[in-house]
Amino acid sequence: MRLEAVAPEPGLARALVTPEGVALPIALGSTGDRIGAFLTDLLIIAAALVVLTIVAGLAAWAIGAKSGEVIVIIWLAGFFVLRCFYFTLFELGPRAATPGKRFMRLRVVARNGGRLGAESILVRNALREIEVFLPLTLLAASGAVGEPVDAVIVLLALAWTGIFLFFPLFNRDRLRPGDLVAGSWVVRIPRPTLLRDLATPSGHDAVRFAFTPEQVDAYGVKELHLLEGVLRRMDRRTLSLVAERIRGRIGWIPAPDEGEVDFLTAYYAALRGRLEQRLLFGRRRRDKFDVG
Amino acid sequence: MKTRELRSHRFPAEREADWRRLESLLTRAEAGKLGGFTDAELLELPLLYQSAVSSLSVARAIALEAALIAYLEALATRAYFFVYGARGRLHERLKIFFLRDWPAAVRALWRETALAAAITVLAAVVGYALVSSDPDWYGSILPAQLAHGRDPAASTETLRQALYGGDDSKFLSAFATFLFTHNAQVSLLAFALGFAFGLPSAVMMGANGLILGALMAVYASRGLSFQLGGWLAIHGATELFATVLAGAAGMRIGWAVAFPGERTRLEAAAMAGRTAGTVMAGVLVMLVFAGVLEGVARQLIKADLVRWAIGASSLVLWLAYFYLPSERRR
Repeated sequence: MRLEAVAPEPGLARALVTPEGVALPIALGSTGDRIGAFLTDLLIIAAALVVLTIVAGLAAWAIGAKSGEVIVIIWLAGFFVLRCFYFTLFELGPRAATPGKRFMRLRVVARNGGRLGAESILVRNALREIEVFLPLTLLAASGAVGEPVDAVIVLLALAWTGIFLFFPLFNRDRLRPGDLVAGSWVVRIPRPTLLRDLATPSGHDAVRFAFTPEQVDAYGVKELHLLEGVLRRMDRRTLSLVAERIRGRIGWIPAPDEGEVDFLTAYYAALRGRLEQRLLFGRRRRDKFDVG
Repeated sequence: MKTRELRSHRFPAEREADWRRLESLLTRAEAGKLGGFTDAELLELPLLYQSAVSSLSVARAIALEAALIAYLEALATRAYFFVYGARGRLHERLKIFFLRDWPAAVRALWRETALAAAITVLAAVVGYALVSSDPDWYGSILPAQLAHGRDPAASTETLRQALYGGDDSKFLSAFATFLFTHNAQVSLLAFALGFAFGLPSAVMMGANGLILGALMAVYASRGLSFQLGGWLAIHGATELFATVLAGAAGMRIGWAVAFPGERTRLEAAAMAGRTAGTVMAGVLVMLVFAGVLEGVARQLIKADLVRWAIGASSLVLWLAYFYLPSERRR
């Protein structure tokens, strides 16, 4: 019996200890998610800049160049806010995520499990200056250089800034330099769904599947969880394989009209009942080899 | 063996209504409607969060259903983000920032601030000496597009004009806005560069000082030192102070990354980041003032003495605000 890990990528699973002292499992945003979120944000910024410029231009044309000062101020301030504070302002909100991150179901949280202060968010995004905007400026500058010496300097500078740009690829926690300094990281927002309990009691099954105490003592908690996973995925091939293995182990002779799902569900309920009963007496049976 | 109702059935059945309620509140909050919450709902959220966390602890101890535990973990994590993400009301946060956090962070950076200021002053002296001894240095220190014709070859009248002219007073607030955005961008860069062990921040402070010194040398050679001083002081007291603080904040981060001391590098960087971030938020506030002083006040006030007076008093005010001990802060 095998069941894939619950977390999407095992390398990105972390535990977060809340101030109440309870450990919660979290999944870090993967590199792909982060790049996707960032590109989405860049597209939004670029689109907003274009719209801002067109609207400002139209407004200037409409009210005449004489009183154009307000429009110049709005354009300058709008450009500045989009360029320098787009990320900061969105992440200061209660959702702690830019539209791109929200789209990818990511958010920014403090690494130490506490609150993430406004100053951390400011720092986290101020460092984008060297991570993104410096390389972009250098790239733009490299198009304009004439002399070979300048070209070499630009190349060296690009290599240097490349260290900051590709920083998240070289550490386990996918931290940007900004995350490192701000004490933050980017995590996935989990999607909880309360699934139906498989061990729903029914009088009919109790008669059909009367397991002996020896039969329900064959497995431990680990096997119970694997069985639960198999029953939830409902893969026909796995179901019949697993049913065959369990019947073999406990010596169960199936009735002619007995379905595998019925058998497995009934055995799951019986096993869980037995293990929970033992748990009440302070005995947690880890797996089938645990016979204490 | 008889199938009967499991104990672990009763457990979710008793609590499911609370979980569903929390889930619906979270769905609304995640859709960005936290602002539309009533006071009762805002108070309910942390309570429901705590009950979900305790349900999780109980489930881990008594329930053997993996899906139930996974559900509760996800629910508690989602709720945790909102309970520990919300940070008080805005005006209270601003009050704490201006009364306590910002001055305290600036005081905590006094060593770096002194260093950044010393580098700037030293570089200014060097720039002054270089240009005084050989005016050819001027061209290599100050690029032509920044000099606006203020070079050693310019006539005294042109130089004087640069200090008092340019009163196209129609666009003063646009000019102030431009200055603010430009300066803010430069100081953000000076700060961010600090991550590379603080050196680039120090270099930027030095370059800033060199330009200052070179400009002074040119004006001093025509006997216009006092006038240039007034032109610089009226906004420079605020703007240069802000630039020095941005460089100091960058250096603090660079220092923490390079020499974390007894902490791990990550912890040291995060701690330095909190202090430096608070200072940077304040630097942006200072640059708004500097932009108004430079873009509006300097264009309207032409008397050297008044310019000097405004510059000196703003410097005294900043210093008193940052460094004078205050009872309220304790």
